Amino acid sequence: MRSRIYGKLGDRAFTALLVVLGLAVMLVAVLLAWELASGGAEAFRTFGFWGFASGSAWNAVAEQFGAWPFLLGTLITSAVALALAFLPALAAAIAIAEYAPRWLAEVVAYLIDLLAALPSVVYGLWGIFVLVPLVRDRIEQPLFLWSAEHAPALMGVLGPPTGIGMLSAVLVLALMIVPYASSLARDAIHMVPRDQREAMYALGATRWEVVRRVVLPYARGGIFAGVVLALARAIGETMAVTMLIGNSGQLPYSVFGPAATMASLIANEFAEAEGGLQLSSLLAVGFLLLLLSLAVNLIADFILRRMSVGEGRK
Amino acid sequence: MEPLRMETENLTVHYGKSVGVRNVSLPVYDRKITALIGPSGCGKTTFLRALNRMHDLNPIVRIEGRVRLDGEDLYAPGVDPVAIRRRVGMVFQRPTPFPTMSIFENVVAGLRLVGVRDRERLMGVAERSLKAAALWDEVKDRLHEPAVGLSGGQQQRISIARALAVEPEVLLMDEPTSALDPISTQAIEDLLAGLKEQVTIVIVTHNMQQAARVSDYTAFFLNGDMIEFGPTERLFTNPSDPRTEAYITGRFG
Repeated sequence: MRSRIYGKLGDRAFTALLVVLGLAVMLVAVLLAWELASGGAEAFRTFGFWGFASGSAWNAVAEQFGAWPFLLGTLITSAVALALAFLPALAAAIAIAEYAPRWLAEVVAYLIDLLAALPSVVYGLWGIFVLVPLVRDRIEQPLFLWSAEHAPALMGVLGPPTGIGMLSAVLVLALMIVPYASSLARDAIHMVPRDQREAMYALGATRWEVVRRVVLPYARGGIFAGVVLALARAIGETMAVTMLIGNSGQLPYSVFGPAATMASLIANEFAEAEGGLQLSSLLAVGFLLLLLSLAVNLIADFILRRMSVGEGRK
Repeated sequence: MEPLRMETENLTVHYGKSVGVRNVSLPVYDRKITALIGPSGCGKTTFLRALNRMHDLNPIVRIEGRVRLDGEDLYAPGVDPVAIRRRVGMVFQRPTPFPTMSIFENVVAGLRLVGVRDRERLMGVAERSLKAAALWDEVKDRLHEPAVGLSGGQQQRISIARALAVEPEVLLMDEPTSALDPISTQAIEDLLAGLKEQVTIVIVTHNMQQAARVSDYTAFFLNGDMIEFGPTERLFTNPSDPRTEAYITGRFG
């Protein structure tokens, strides 16, 4: 009898503990959103919510603040980085899960996962010392010289060939998010039941046909989840982007030119903000970033529910 | 003498260092049903999977001996296992509908592989295969709905229709009713009798009554050896090996 009472008490205490901890996590998220919203309230009041979100000037001296260039910068860099990263990530996942001999698969999988463990400042440094000179000397300079001779009108769009700008930022960002997309896709591919594969082999399918007609469709939910995670990561990535993108508050006008994302803007200006409206505007940008991430996750969850197959189905 | 469709000669299947099937020589007669029976782990499924080179997918498996289809050795150098599997189809223990495909797409999946696009031809094949699998009347109004919405018995008949759609010469069935309820089992047993007019069938079953009901020939396996082979009626009424007799009278297994 004793043990039963103890068991019941233990169960209740454990349930209570779980509820408290779970609520605490939710409370932190709510407080975070509240803090950003109230900190940004002054900016939203001054320019209006839509006015602030769509304003394209960011000028601390004139006290004019609008988030549109940074919203656009975030959307463009993350979308392009995802577009660049998706196929290599998926190809790596397929190669690891379906084609490579086990020892090689393990080595490659480990290396790809290691990419996710590198601090982003290391990516930033690598970008500055390796990628930026490469982009400058191999891509931007030849283009610039070519346009100087053949199409002078293009020169203004291209800007000076510095290597610093959206292109470098996007390339590094793409590299950084490959492991996120790849490892979830890999797990999803591993989870495709053997009898599904065998059923297609038994119809006279080659290995690639099995991958294309059975494995990828079955794993699509997990593959998509990886894409979402990678996108979320790209939207929020701060350090490496700040180091490479050039931090221009103007509307991004070319892939070669400098730009800024919401995250890089905050990292760049927060320490030197004069207080008052500028600080409030930065917090307001933070709030918009939160809303964007939330929107991406909600939309993704909605799509994921429709895509998932088999055990993963909700 | 019945015409042969397949035969094995001294077929041995190694799993790494252990042996799954030892020295089995078995004839498979044209358009007959051959049943493989025996207790769990006796090697009957291992033997079956050697007949369409499904073991190729597992690198630790090694095959010795011959498997002939219409006289050609399936394991001779230069033989493409993909081509073999188009001629020797397979139905598995558990129904395996492709969950992202409709009923129709499931049935014609094998034809899609060989690049058939003609809608009318695909529809014709789907109808014929589903009729052969005794499923047409149940699904004809919802061909474009997901196949996973069907019952287990219907899903297994989808798997059979899918295997039949590519017109294999031989159909291998690995305990096709063991995951099904009695009514679905009955439905599948009933359709086997009709199927054997078109296709040669080798069926693995753990259910002796099923073997006795549906098959023309029966092979009894035990511990990786084929103990006895013969016409089903003779094997069940007058087994020549005492181990066969012990098994069919229920003394083990």
